[in-house]
Amino acid sequence: MIFPILSLIMLAPVIGAVIILFIPKDRNDAIKTVAAASAMVSMLLSLLVVFAYNRAQGGFQFTEKASWIPSLGVSYYVAVDGFSAPLLLLNGIVLFCAVLVTWNLTDRAREFFAFLLMLAAGVFGAFMSLDLFLFLIFYELVLFPVYVLVAGWGSGPREYAAMKLTIYLFLGSLASILGLLVIYYASGRSFSFDDMQRGVAAVKDTVALQRTWFLPIFIGFGVLASIWPLHNWSPDGYASAPTAVSMLHGGVLKATGAYAALRFGVQIMPEGAKYWLPVVAFLCLANVIYAGSVAFRQKDLKYIIGFASVAHLGLVLLGICALNVYGLNGAGIELFAGGVMTGLMFSLVGIIYERSHERDFSKLNGLVKVMPLAAVGFVIGSLTAMGMPGFSGFPAEMQIFMGLWSASQTNSLMFAGQLNWWLAVIAIVGVLTILITATWTLRIGRQMFFTDASTPEWQQLPPLTGIEKVAIILPCIVCIGVGILPNSVMNIIEIGVQAMVKSIGG
Amino acid sequence: MSKEFLLTLTWLAPFPPIIAFMLIALFTNKRRSLTTLIAVGGMLLTTVFSFIVFFNVAGDHKLGEAPLRSQFAWLPTGDTTFNVGVAVDPLSALFLFMVPLAATLIFIYSTSYMENDPRYTRFMAYLSLFAGSMMGLVVSDNLLSLFIFWELMGFCSYSLIGFFYFKPSAYKAAVKAFMTTRVGDMFLIMGMVYLYSQTGTLNFYDTMRNEEVLHHLAATPAIIPGMTAAALIGLFIFGGTVGKSAQFPLHVWLPDAMEGPTPVSAMIHAATMVSAGIFMALRFFPLYESAAHVGDTTAFTIIGWIGAITALLGALIAVGQYDIKRVLAYSTISQLGFMVAAIGIGGYVAAAFHLLTHAFFKALLFLGSGSVIHGVEHGHHHLHAHGHDDHASSHDSHNAGHGHDDHAANDHGHTEFDPQDMRNMGGLWSRMPVTFITFTIGGLALMGAPFITAGFWSKDEILGHAYHGMTHGNPLSTVVFWTLCVAAVLTAFYTARQIFMTFAGEPRSEAAAHATENPAAMTFPLVVLAFFALTVGYMNIPEDFEFAYIKFGAIANGFGIDHWLGHFVGGMLPVAEATLPFNSVPVVFSVCIFLLGGFLGLWFYGLKPLKAGETDPVENLGAIFTALNNRLYFDELYRKLIINRLQRFADYYSNNVDKGFIDVFLHAAYAILSDIAEVFRWFDKNIVTGISNLIGDVFRRVGREGRELQTGQVQNYLLSALIAAVVMMVFFLVFQ
Repeated sequence: MIFPILSLIMLAPVIGAVIILFIPKDRNDAIKTVAAASAMVSMLLSLLVVFAYNRAQGGFQFTEKASWIPSLGVSYYVAVDGFSAPLLLLNGIVLFCAVLVTWNLTDRAREFFAFLLMLAAGVFGAFMSLDLFLFLIFYELVLFPVYVLVAGWGSGPREYAAMKLTIYLFLGSLASILGLLVIYYASGRSFSFDDMQRGVAAVKDTVALQRTWFLPIFIGFGVLASIWPLHNWSPDGYASAPTAVSMLHGGVLKATGAYAALRFGVQIMPEGAKYWLPVVAFLCLANVIYAGSVAFRQKDLKYIIGFASVAHLGLVLLGICALNVYGLNGAGIELFAGGVMTGLMFSLVGIIYERSHERDFSKLNGLVKVMPLAAVGFVIGSLTAMGMPGFSGFPAEMQIFMGLWSASQTNSLMFAGQLNWWLAVIAIVGVLTILITATWTLRIGRQMFFTDASTPEWQQLPPLTGIEKVAIILPCIVCIGVGILPNSVMNIIEIGVQAMVKSIGG
Repeated sequence: MSKEFLLTLTWLAPFPPIIAFMLIALFTNKRRSLTTLIAVGGMLLTTVFSFIVFFNVAGDHKLGEAPLRSQFAWLPTGDTTFNVGVAVDPLSALFLFMVPLAATLIFIYSTSYMENDPRYTRFMAYLSLFAGSMMGLVVSDNLLSLFIFWELMGFCSYSLIGFFYFKPSAYKAAVKAFMTTRVGDMFLIMGMVYLYSQTGTLNFYDTMRNEEVLHHLAATPAIIPGMTAAALIGLFIFGGTVGKSAQFPLHVWLPDAMEGPTPVSAMIHAATMVSAGIFMALRFFPLYESAAHVGDTTAFTIIGWIGAITALLGALIAVGQYDIKRVLAYSTISQLGFMVAAIGIGGYVAAAFHLLTHAFFKALLFLGSGSVIHGVEHGHHHLHAHGHDDHASSHDSHNAGHGHDDHAANDHGHTEFDPQDMRNMGGLWSRMPVTFITFTIGGLALMGAPFITAGFWSKDEILGHAYHGMTHGNPLSTVVFWTLCVAAVLTAFYTARQIFMTFAGEPRSEAAAHATENPAAMTFPLVVLAFFALTVGYMNIPEDFEFAYIKFGAIANGFGIDHWLGHFVGGMLPVAEATLPFNSVPVVFSVCIFLLGGFLGLWFYGLKPLKAGETDPVENLGAIFTALNNRLYFDELYRKLIINRLQRFADYYSNNVDKGFIDVFLHAAYAILSDIAEVFRWFDKNIVTGISNLIGDVFRRVGREGRELQTGQVQNYLLSALIAAVVMMVFFLVFQ
């Protein structure tokens, strides 16, 4: 029996949440310490997983498998490959930062942190599950705390936002589940990932089956990745959600959607993917261009970052649509580093909002004097988002566009018997994103931080606390580190991607 | 010296300024003199490294065939890896000479020019990073790391142009520069992606120096019918040059970029930014050529036209400007157009040559104009201090720095004195003699004063190339030749106008009358640059141009560097560029151009210099002048055609599609579902409750509670969701 490191990563927040529920509710410090400690355990263990992953061996590692409901073919089956291991680390980092950013919370802190940890545990579970049944349990498990957290601790029209968010995601997952159930019955009644993959390929009329059911499954999970035009829950949801939830949701939970679409959509039904993804690419392009443009005309800070996260996921999905090593590599880095960046941006906006209670960025000014580190963090986040070389956004975006372009030149992806030359066009139009992102980041960054301090009120805002500084510096290190040495995460993502591309015969 | 040693120095060359940037940013941002030491010291170290490399390889005529190379793996992707490395070949060697030399002089100048600025240390930090990035770009052996430094420079230029960030105009200029060059970068990225997907590498030597790859690219049809992949990749990459080197139609950022402190303008216009664009176009020259070999001249044609249009456009607009730096900015645009046009007609060496000479005389002119502005401003403050009987305040307001003109002026109640407006100058020749002489030398080089200045030789080489093409039946060369001739006449004219307006006659403002010469730290770089602006051309005088060769080439011959440049840089091309037979016709043209333009300038501005209150003769052009003065309305056009439209587009989507269509649809669906829920509620209230009444109190209470709950929004929603789920399930089953 090997050391069950994956289960521990997932259980640490659960244990934390249980302990928190036993702490008297007036002992806020103890509650937060426990929350931070359990988040840190998960983060460090997932870091260990990334380091200890045997790159020479490849494939799924740290496997834990135990039969659970044999009659239905359900098992407790968790493992990570090169693609999902960094995502665990992503969740660990963002969770840890989210707890730190929420350090000042006093309103029902016990419940808040318990729910937050449950949410994170669900995400950890979703990233490591290789049993579809188990995955869906975790996946649905996440939706509940999100609803409660947004409706209970949010701001603005929070109930509307919480409900909109929940319904969208619920319906999305419903479509996926339906599709996956069909696949389950057709492929030999096992929920295990490897069995399903093999089973689907062995079905007699496999191409027709895959082409029929790929789209509902992919789009269904795509809802969580805010695929256009089903993105509408996201800006509303994030505008109302408390900071920590926006961070986890925008940075990590959306990644779960894209990850699931890739793992249980593309990998199980490669023929369906090859058929549909060149078309789906148009939706993803809309994500990138449309959401980016909307972000640049918004005034509400949280909406801007919300739309930005829609655009960021659009890039990830575009990378997946390329269905080749470059595109998936890019998607992997964008999920990891872009997720950290989204978390950073949400935390900065949250920190500023919490102090100023002003969400219209055009009313903010001169904040660089009050919180210089926030300005630095925002600039780093902006440079990452706009794909500036030297920051993690660049290796991601570069490879995504490279993947799309290469896909347009090869015959491995055909739609209706045609060479899909339009992927090159999509790449050309998609590159506009570096311009669009630069526009809004420069605009709000300048307005918030680098204008004349004309509102004296803002100069009285309390400076950043040491804890908040940690929550800003940590993601900044990731953005720059991955940017300068992309190989630090590429060397593990690449292994997962190579295997994926091989298995889908790309 | 051994190859390894030279390569080590090349690896090290970009680092001292980058390390200086970090040191200053992190540790010495409160200590001015230490900052000066680190910044200038770092730059000097880079200069030493670069010069050792340059002088060791300069004599090697085989360097083009066997460049020094070294690399390591940076990013593995797919089956290949991105390698990052350095290389010394003739082109980069040339830049290893020019860039550090110009940058060092600009650094020395800045220590005096920015001395009193409160954020002096930050300025030096950015300047160091700027120079370090350019060095990195120059020694890069592949497009990927070139692009990294390229973008890093974009960021530095953004920070430096917007250095006076509290001035809205400076900030706007910074954003404009950043965004406009980014438009070009988008094309560059596509070019990178396209090139990589075709060849699997971004290394210059594995692509541009590899016959097989070039043949493959030229033989592959592009996604645009009728074009070869080579031409399209080349054009995408050239898009980056259009942005960075301020070519039409993306030229609008460069004139505004002078909102930054003057040394920054000198950096941007000479040593870094705009040179980088031409540098990259030269790197990809073999691509255009290989496309042309198989008959696809699209790339050359477009490049030639863009260059010619830019050259003419820039020269025209420069005629109608009053701001001393703005004239120079448009002249840079125009001169860059000369270089691009030269590339378009296949004049590789000519373009590189003009890039080199232009860097020296344009750096000289910008630093000279900074000296003028500094002097006039000083005169202005001097005057102002007398009015207040308080001499100390003179120094204080001076402390506010040079870009703070508006602030300084407004703070002290002076309205709108513009120390950069040439109408406020005049008569400075006697007050600032060193600046006058050096500026005039730079101006003569820009005008192309025959035989003695570097600018003449390089401009002549371009014209000679175009003339050769014209006489050999190349229509593009004909267009380029005549356009450049007109542009060159205009160049000579506006430069003469600038020199006479600034220095000749009597002062037209009190400030100009009190202007004084600047300290040696500012004039010394001018003198050094003036030397190069005169002499750097001698190393490429055509050997068979006997008259000039004997007179001037002999000087170069004395050092053994006569016609060095042509042989050396020409070695870059896979097929050696045929040395053009010497032809005296273009030389006669060049001389006449100088004489005509210079004469016009002398006639209108030199013989009777403008007096205070007099109207500038060019204003007699009426509507034409207004259009030129307003920069041919490019900014207004772009604002109207593109920016406003984009904003409307975004607004439209945000209001109508997102909040309108999608949400309306959603809410309508919700309304329908809640109507259905209302039916259920009615059912529940009247039927279920009725039945439960019959059954008993317990059940009735349950029923009532359920009903009450159901009026809440949450229940409605969940119920709607459930119904939707059932509907979908039925749909999918039927579908199946």
